Amino acid sequence: MRLYISKYYYGDIPGSDAGGPQPAATVNPATEWPLWEVFIRSKQGLDHKHAGSLHAADAAMAMENARDVYTRRMEGVSIWVVESRYIHASNPDDAESLYEPANDKVYRHPTFYNIPAEVKHM
Amino acid sequence: MDARFMDKINKEIKIEPKDWMPDKYRQTLIRQISQHAHSEIVGMLPEGNWITRAPTLKRKAILLAKVQDEAGHGLYLYSATETLGISRDEMTEQLLSGKAKYSSIFNYPTLTWADIGAIGWLVDGAAIINQVPLCRTSYGPYARAMVRICKEESFHQRQGFDILLTLCRGTQQQRNMAQDAINRWWWPSLMMFGPPDDASPHTAQSVQWKIKRFTNDELRQKFVDICAVQVKTLGLQLPDPDLKYNEQTGHYDFGVINWQQFWQVVNGNGPCNKERLEARQKAWNDGAWVREAAVAYATKRKEQEQSIAKPAAA
Repeated sequence: MRLYISKYYYGDIPGSDAGGPQPAATVNPATEWPLWEVFIRSKQGLDHKHAGSLHAADAAMAMENARDVYTRRMEGVSIWVVESRYIHASNPDDAESLYEPANDKVYRHPTFYNIPAEVKHM
Repeated sequence: MDARFMDKINKEIKIEPKDWMPDKYRQTLIRQISQHAHSEIVGMLPEGNWITRAPTLKRKAILLAKVQDEAGHGLYLYSATETLGISRDEMTEQLLSGKAKYSSIFNYPTLTWADIGAIGWLVDGAAIINQVPLCRTSYGPYARAMVRICKEESFHQRQGFDILLTLCRGTQQQRNMAQDAINRWWWPSLMMFGPPDDASPHTAQSVQWKIKRFTNDELRQKFVDICAVQVKTLGLQLPDPDLKYNEQTGHYDFGVINWQQFWQVVNGNGPCNKERLEARQKAWNDGAWVREAAVAYATKRKEQEQSIAKPAAA
């Protein structure tokens, strides 16, 4: 089903003649560069954190583009890039069964235990 | 499903790409974010016009950095849109074919160097007012992109104000140039917030979904209040005889906006609509060989790696 939206939503842009495309994107692998996810270590001693994504023909280009797009203001000291298609993600619909086992194990937290007041620093 | 979705929205839980969402929410976001991305990309053109003619090397380096930021903003937003299930090529095609819209402010020409100042102060200023509430928008990837953009945008506004301030401290001729730029950019900047609320029936849905947090008129008023004060520092005037502080409301009253002109520009009849689109088409067409060569190179490298790996395994 094709949905048509007859209204602007950002700023002043109306779109009486613009139709929203279908959710399933049509990608032509022969012409469109693959998508890469970018992870950046903001400073030594911290984890790499997901920064965003970008398109590039290969890893070297992904690295250069990541530098230009995500570290223009010294946001990073190290960059990881990985092609998005290699990322496996959990399904939000499975959240209940996936995380339920952790739900009833409050004894895993130190606050579960009552320690007498005279015992300090534990 | 719908009730669970609305429950999340009401609890201020962000919606993420793989979560269920109503089709219309998805389509609304695709349109809004991609238009926003297109605006950043087309927005490079009026300012790019002055990179080679910036008055000093410092100004040139700053303008270059600013235009590069706009490209970055476009890329953050295109990526956010792609998480909703539209490809980059599709979006590019929509822009180049004229099917997708971008902010019509970029269909006005940059006639003098003072325009670069006015764009920074007024156009980026209006964009910030529009964008800050979007940092809390309900769709996660969009909100994260906007946080990044807003951090960078305030440099843009300050550099614009700095250009105007420098001109205003210069000769009478330079002051006139600054005033002229403000005269031309003021009204189009007010139009950036979109048509008045009573002509904007779908705002309610976007507000309900927490995509939008404020209405067009609320944001516009905020912008007028801020600029009416800031312009005094420049010693210049906003080109509106009806602009006056209203003791009762605590806001500045302002004149009637020429919406007819707005719709003219939106519908393709602005001073530079054709030029802007042609520039994007030319950039896309001229870059075709680069895109193809990069794919060919990547494919060749992959094949080489595979042919080296194979005999070793055998």
